[in-house]
Amino acid sequence: MKNLKKKFQFRLHLKSKHLLVIMTLFCGSTIVATLASGITTVPFQEAVGTIVVPFEKSINTIGVWLTDLHKAFKDKQDLVDANEELQNTVDTLTEQNNILIQNQSELTRLQELYKLDEEYSDYPKVAARIISKDPGNWYDTFMINKGSKDGIRVDNNVIAGKGLVGIVTEVGSNWATVRSIIDDSSNVSAMTVGTDDTCVVEGDLELIDEGKLRFTQLYDKEDKVTAGERVVTSNISEKYVEGLFIGYVSEISLDSNNLTKTGTLVTPVDFQHLKDVFVITVNKQDSIEEGEQ
Amino acid sequence: MRSKIVLLVTTVVCFLIQSTVLHLISIGSITPNLLLILCVSMGLMRGRKVGLWTGFFSGLLIDLFYGSVFGFYALIYMYVGFFSGYAFRIYYDDDIKVPIMLTVIMDTFYNLAVYGLQFLLRGRLGLGTYFTRIIVPEVFYTVFLTVIVYRIFHYINYHFMSATRKESESIWVLK
Repeated sequence: MKNLKKKFQFRLHLKSKHLLVIMTLFCGSTIVATLASGITTVPFQEAVGTIVVPFEKSINTIGVWLTDLHKAFKDKQDLVDANEELQNTVDTLTEQNNILIQNQSELTRLQELYKLDEEYSDYPKVAARIISKDPGNWYDTFMINKGSKDGIRVDNNVIAGKGLVGIVTEVGSNWATVRSIIDDSSNVSAMTVGTDDTCVVEGDLELIDEGKLRFTQLYDKEDKVTAGERVVTSNISEKYVEGLFIGYVSEISLDSNNLTKTGTLVTPVDFQHLKDVFVITVNKQDSIEEGEQ
Repeated sequence: MRSKIVLLVTTVVCFLIQSTVLHLISIGSITPNLLLILCVSMGLMRGRKVGLWTGFFSGLLIDLFYGSVFGFYALIYMYVGFFSGYAFRIYYDDDIKVPIMLTVIMDTFYNLAVYGLQFLLRGRLGLGTYFTRIIVPEVFYTVFLTVIVYRIFHYINYHFMSATRKESESIWVLK
């Protein structure tokens, strides 16, 4: 029996450099496959997700519990509660304020023509908690504890109390990954509230310390856009639903082509301490498809 | 077999710690790179092949959940593990200085690879900013974590995994 086992035991002896070449080719081909033909890795993600995500959720729960314990030790629970309550009021007031300002400028225009009766708060939302973050320092993506079971789909927009946070890029049954708007590879089509000029808001790692975003291609011939102007997601964006608050214009300068303007935005969302987010379960594409039908 | 299971579990645990808990100790939004320390340690203590596989699987985990291109991090971490494997049997692995030096080299290599392949190709030219703001702080912080974590990996290697170093295999022993 032992001999038989030995006889049929199949052992591949490879030198490490040959192994390296083989694995490099393997990785290279997967990179090319995902880039060129858009092969998805969803089945793998689903399989590994079922093992990894419950751990992440429990670790996160323990983390939250420990944080709570820590706060209780400091005997500041009352203060924390009061602060939370006030923060919520500030959030809701800012949101209301945003809506009001948007309403004002929108009402003056042809509201009926554009059917802009949908507001920020009318979108169906799902509350979710961030359970883990991107391991590296170069990108800014995170994972939330809700997935396709809760109605979340790819390209759903994610907001926190005060403004736009990001977009869902991958979905599993009980998790989803979100790319935040401060991520270096993020681009959002946006417009100014006052003048309805469109621009593109990009995340930039070089500005991340200041909590700012870059905006480019703002066509503002009459110099109406000034610092403090509110910027929201635009009506021509393919992936972001209209009217989500992104931030205030902080600096603005004319490009060397004398046509477009570039500058920076300040976002009201505290990305460093983000814990709970809302996912809007309606996609921009849905409303377009509905319109076609 | 046992070593392989232990290695796999260690990799998954490190990934979990890296993506959930380690953000709590980040300074200035810079988080140390625990998975890289694992790859370097395993390469140093168990050779090129083990380093390569450790790197491949830790990179694969990152790719599955956070990567934009599937296979990118697997490739970089694989090379990190493989190159640290060159130090196997040449340096003693019970000294902290060797893993520290390896971490410095490999973390710089890893970050430059990410910058070169994903940022430079998109036209982000400010290497100076990225170097002082991201790469150097991450290297320092990762080295700091190496000092603490390497002993744990060393312990795991010698108590839960089968031995790799035989005295007769050492290149310093006259045969």
